[in-house]
Amino acid sequence: MKKQYFINGNIIDPHNSINENGGLIVGEDGKIEAIGKKVNVNNLPTREKPIDLKGKYLIPGIVDMRVFVGEPGYEYKENFRTLSNAALSGGVTSVVTMPNTNPIIDNVSIVDFLKRRGRDKSKINIFPCASLTQNIEGTNMTEFGLLAKKGIIAFTDGVKTIQNTSLMSRIMNSAKDLDCLIMQHAEDYHLSKNGMINSGIIATKLGLSGIPDIAERIIIERDLTLLEKNKCRYHISQLSSAKSVEVIKERKNDIKFTCGVSVNNLSLNENDIGDFKTFLKLSPPLRKEEDREALVQGLKDKTIDVIVSDHKPEDEESKRLTFSQAATGASGIETLLSLSLELYHNGSVKLETIIQALTSNPAKILRINKGNLTIGNDADFCIIDLDKPWIVKKENLISKSKNTSIEDKKLQGKVTNTFVKGKELFKV
Amino acid sequence: MSMNMGNSAIKKGETLIDTAMTLNAMHPDIIVIRHQDSGACNLLSQKVNCAVLNAGDGRREHPTQALLDALTIINRKDKIQGLRIAICGDILHSRVARSNIYLLTMLGAEVNIVAPSNLMPKEIEKFGVNTFTDMKKGLKDCDIVMMLRLQNERMTSSFLSSNREYYEYYGLTPDKLDHAKQDAIIMHPGPMNRGIEIDTRLADDINKSVIKEQVELGVAVRMACLKIFCE
Repeated sequence: MKKQYFINGNIIDPHNSINENGGLIVGEDGKIEAIGKKVNVNNLPTREKPIDLKGKYLIPGIVDMRVFVGEPGYEYKENFRTLSNAALSGGVTSVVTMPNTNPIIDNVSIVDFLKRRGRDKSKINIFPCASLTQNIEGTNMTEFGLLAKKGIIAFTDGVKTIQNTSLMSRIMNSAKDLDCLIMQHAEDYHLSKNGMINSGIIATKLGLSGIPDIAERIIIERDLTLLEKNKCRYHISQLSSAKSVEVIKERKNDIKFTCGVSVNNLSLNENDIGDFKTFLKLSPPLRKEEDREALVQGLKDKTIDVIVSDHKPEDEESKRLTFSQAATGASGIETLLSLSLELYHNGSVKLETIIQALTSNPAKILRINKGNLTIGNDADFCIIDLDKPWIVKKENLISKSKNTSIEDKKLQGKVTNTFVKGKELFKV
Repeated sequence: MSMNMGNSAIKKGETLIDTAMTLNAMHPDIIVIRHQDSGACNLLSQKVNCAVLNAGDGRREHPTQALLDALTIINRKDKIQGLRIAICGDILHSRVARSNIYLLTMLGAEVNIVAPSNLMPKEIEKFGVNTFTDMKKGLKDCDIVMMLRLQNERMTSSFLSSNREYYEYYGLTPDKLDHAKQDAIIMHPGPMNRGIEIDTRLADDINKSVIKEQVELGVAVRMACLKIFCE
């Protein structure tokens, strides 16, 4: 690989507190050699031809902490190849994959298979999660220690929640002993039983069973109570309500833990479901506008650490059904950044805060050396045309499944180039 | 042509949309659909080019029932504007309640919803109705008392302690009916659970109950709907 010089960009690297006009030098080995304002046309060897970014933004490759890939078992929804192409077009260079595959990622032998597939078929960095319990049944713990040794960086039952309090307490103890990260999807099943959308006026109008916000809050409060004694690395995958934000804000003063939010819950609310739009059947559900506003505020004041895409590819057939029969989830990895940027363009959240929640924060929680532009690290980054307007169209999506929650939405800001280990793998 | 989902191709794995396409290919004037899932008629109507009549979708709407109820009320009271109408019972699982709330409030009635909290849908008051958990208060000075069937088949967990207790507090009995107006009429969309939501004597009281008239007018209303959409 030839040495590459980028100049005249706006460089944002929250991990190293860089937010300035400047450039980036990528060495022949695909590592970062220099960054920032020092990299400019006056400091370059004259024989080199630099790439002029013309004011575009250059940020670390996005680390998406919640991604569902169909491999193994549901390859028709998404495989590693289609996932990585979709991710690259959205500036995502590292993903944390959920264990909800068929079979479930719950033992050492399947991790070997997964890593091999990930390495052979994927162009981006794949960090697989294993399940907290065997076959995500919520009864017996998986082998955290052995799985971690095989390269599993976090444990979660993905779409499922540990309901049994005593099991949760033991899981936390084990995670503490073995220094493992556990991630919980917070939902009390008794309260959310048969629920499809937020409990309230829209559910009543549409005649659908509701999921009340307390179903989330009760699990959060339970887990944080357990965490007081069993201090482990604990992360709440996604918040969806104002009440949850309030609880988190208060408890963060005395306990150490982290939490995330889906970009869907940051930009949409229950009214968007309209006339039974099954593409907006999500988990956690879209809630009221007040909830959305509280989540945005939570991101702004850093109560919420991470933004995720909650990318859940579902084929058309599983969405073209009545609302109660339709599958849950939306494809979103390629629109994660652009949709997040909406919060910057409408003046709600600072650009640097958004980038931090997409890059350095998830990397720190996961303890991976990604999501930063530190000298000597892999040159995983993307270039953004921050103001470019575009419209989300199903037919233009790269992901194998086209179940976007924001069809026809007008967005501003698009990734123009994505690099992994210094190699340009996506270009508009 | 009548199709029962239970023994149609749906059971063999065909989706509702495919069934709709098949039916559409036969060029019908109208498809009438009753389905257990809320919104089934909306999904169907997107895929066919004939009229789709909703004969009840899940717990969402049952428009022809509301029309026949309105007609029954007009027959008896000459108007709907200004009447006070109580809809009582299992509101949560009732599509009849929702359609009646839409229609009767639109026609100028004051609607009282009476149900135990466990059977009261969330934020129903935003539909412009008054809500009561005490039957006697809810029936006060009402012109119409509409009882709903307790839909035990839709109840997936314990909503109520027992039918016996439900009857005691929410069943329509003469002492509770005394709180309504002297000339109040009793309605019920059927089928009835006698001794659970309604006292059997009241159900059969020809001076108060218009339940049979509702059935009769139901035929007329549905004939009218078919005629309108066939033309």
